[in-house]
Amino acid sequence: MAATATREEIESRVFTALEEFGAEPGAIEPDATFESLDIDSLDLVELAQIVEDEYGVQLKGEDMEGVDTVRKAVDLVMSKLG
Amino acid sequence: MGGMNGRPDGSALVTGASRGIGAAIAKALAREGWPVGVNFRSDEDAARAVVDEITQAGGRAKALEGDVSDPATPDVLFEALEEEFGPVLVLINNAGVRADGLAPMIDDEDWNSVIDTNLSAAFRLTRRALRPMIRNRYGRVVNIASIVGAVKGNAGQANYAASKAGLVAMTKTVAAEVARRGVTVNAVAPGLIETDMSEGVGDNLLELVPARRAGTPEDVAECVRFLASDGAAYVTGVCLTVDGGLTA
Repeated sequence: MAATATREEIESRVFTALEEFGAEPGAIEPDATFESLDIDSLDLVELAQIVEDEYGVQLKGEDMEGVDTVRKAVDLVMSKLG
Repeated sequence: MGGMNGRPDGSALVTGASRGIGAAIAKALAREGWPVGVNFRSDEDAARAVVDEITQAGGRAKALEGDVSDPATPDVLFEALEEEFGPVLVLINNAGVRADGLAPMIDDEDWNSVIDTNLSAAFRLTRRALRPMIRNRYGRVVNIASIVGAVKGNAGQANYAASKAGLVAMTKTVAAEVARRGVTVNAVAPGLIETDMSEGVGDNLLELVPARRAGTPEDVAECVRFLASDGAAYVTGVCLTVDGGLTA
């Protein structure tokens, strides 16, 4: 049931979400770490829900292990969209 | 968005709501304007009677069959409500069972079934509820515990007491996790309440209750109504005792 989306679309959606969570807009770029953006584990839980709601991709706790940068999060969603 | 009192539009789910405390809670939440999922395991007629009473009073409700001890049940209940009434923003984990006996007489089945329904099922339902609540920046989870376990022990109820103590511990922990998203998680610990389930439990307890009466399902429902309200936004991680002073 995964929807189709381009990498740019996913990246843009992730950026918007991070901004909504309180990250400094100017600091959000692919290689920024979540730690540097002050994005914590609860924010990542919500990000997973956004991705599930909007792209039909289910992310489990184990999927999120080691995902510590914006780029890795986008990579993960892209890989699940397959 | 934009439901009454500025809260988001959504629905409420009450497990074990065909009678007793659960039925009283379902009616109280419906009076607050929530469309309510009236979950039942076996007594469909009683659940429909609760739904009819709510509907006749101008509220909205839906009877939802499902044994909460089945791990597949949360999705079934939530999807039914999400489809008809929108996201579940109020979850009342009320369904509970007893299988009493002195510890040497409690077999594995009686231990596991009580822990499973009273504690593990409440966790699975809470887990299913949280992400939409977090997304909506609004959520109310109220777990129906008991003074047994939450406040004191009670001979003959090792399994029940353990499940309810665990429920309160889960309440506090999850409350801390999600507080900054506008989601509160609380518990209510009823004492001696007149219901089918408490029949025969409290006959010798009544004289110990300072209020000199057993509680009613409505006494408990009123506390739940408060904890589920907008006004309780800053109350989270508590266990509110409703026992007429029994454990004071």
